[in-house]
Amino acid sequence: MLSILRCVIQRDITLAWRGRAGVLSTLFFFIIVVSLFPLGVGPELDVLRVIAPGVVWVAALLASMLSLDRMFSHDYVDGSLEQLMLTSQPLSIVVLGKIIAHWLVTGAPLVLIAPVLGLQFDLPPKALITLLASLLLGTPALSLIGAIGAALTLGLRGGGVLVSLLVLPLCIPVLIFGAGAVEASINGMNAESHLSLLGAVLVLALSFAPWTTAAALRISVE
Amino acid sequence: MSRMLEAKGLECVRGGRRLFHDLSFSLEEGELLEVGGANGSGKTSLLRIICTLLSPTAGDIFWQNTPIASLRDEYLDNLIYVAHANGVKGELSAAENLRVYSGLAGARRDDAKIYDALQRVGLGGCESAPAKTLSQGQQRRIALSRLLIASKTLWILDEPLAALDDAGVRLVESVLHEHLDGGGMVLMTTHQHLSISARKTTRIQLTTSSEH
Repeated sequence: MLSILRCVIQRDITLAWRGRAGVLSTLFFFIIVVSLFPLGVGPELDVLRVIAPGVVWVAALLASMLSLDRMFSHDYVDGSLEQLMLTSQPLSIVVLGKIIAHWLVTGAPLVLIAPVLGLQFDLPPKALITLLASLLLGTPALSLIGAIGAALTLGLRGGGVLVSLLVLPLCIPVLIFGAGAVEASINGMNAESHLSLLGAVLVLALSFAPWTTAAALRISVE
Repeated sequence: MSRMLEAKGLECVRGGRRLFHDLSFSLEEGELLEVGGANGSGKTSLLRIICTLLSPTAGDIFWQNTPIASLRDEYLDNLIYVAHANGVKGELSAAENLRVYSGLAGARRDDAKIYDALQRVGLGGCESAPAKTLSQGQQRRIALSRLLIASKTLWILDEPLAALDDAGVRLVESVLHEHLDGGGMVLMTTHQHLSISARKTTRIQLTTSSEH
């Protein structure tokens, strides 16, 4: 079971590496959107500090939506999704592997670059660390929840927009707790409660998303 | 001999059209089942039903007298499906595609076996080129080479000869012949005539019914 998980992760990471442009565009989208705000709002440090958590988190949310329709659609078109579904292991394990690979490729770079972007908003070091921690807990949850939407909209025309409409409302808790953690940290309060709630969302998503996604894939492939 | 694969009263309705109904057949070791019929008569749907990718509107499928719904993993362990779409990743080379496939099948990494299989299907020398640089026929050969490395009993092939040249057709014939000789089972759709001698060859002709 673990070997198949490793096999799927390795496969998807290799594929992402061979088609780097698609992955990099997600990262650059995030960087550019976050950087537009200091330019547009102006150099008022007090204002920037107030809007920073929301801006970074909303940008992270939108960036993760961008890459969602890639999660299954290529495999669906070339027939390899069917092959993945015919392995003699539970489909949810295969799906979990794909979600982990998706996060490593699109979510993890975003987490790593976020503190650097936070500097543009004059965030104190403590808030930068909270930002990193909140994204580290939150972006895997976004990939997990997004996978359900990606599986449900598989093969539909205009699936890209539809998946955002389906998934964004479900991601609101992640956004609230994630931005809340950074905000608390900026105001010198303890961010622990927000981070714990974010962790709880992640555990919840981890426990039901792979199964739901697998069921959705079965319906979409029929 | 035990009944290996048996279908009873299969019915399939797709998009409001009844493709086939009350379809029954069985397949035993060393037997070949050819599914014929015009375009749109439900050949691929039938194969997908047998692969568990599609659920039949009515009817049951049994593997060694047990309904496949109750032994999905064990059943899939014995089955290989080469679909109309090759399932070959263009970004990966032929050898990498097979390595991924054997990894998914839970087999240990065995490069010698993979290179042998690629040699056999006539892809010796193109093992490490990205598959997207190969022709349609060569990609079809990559898909078919999965049959050689997987050692599964039940082969389900959807138009295995699509895009293949004459040498490719002969290759498929010899591979199928070997498999059937070794007690394997083949269920396939094709429009071309293949000269394969199996213990028993059954033909199912699907006809498009005009009734709703």
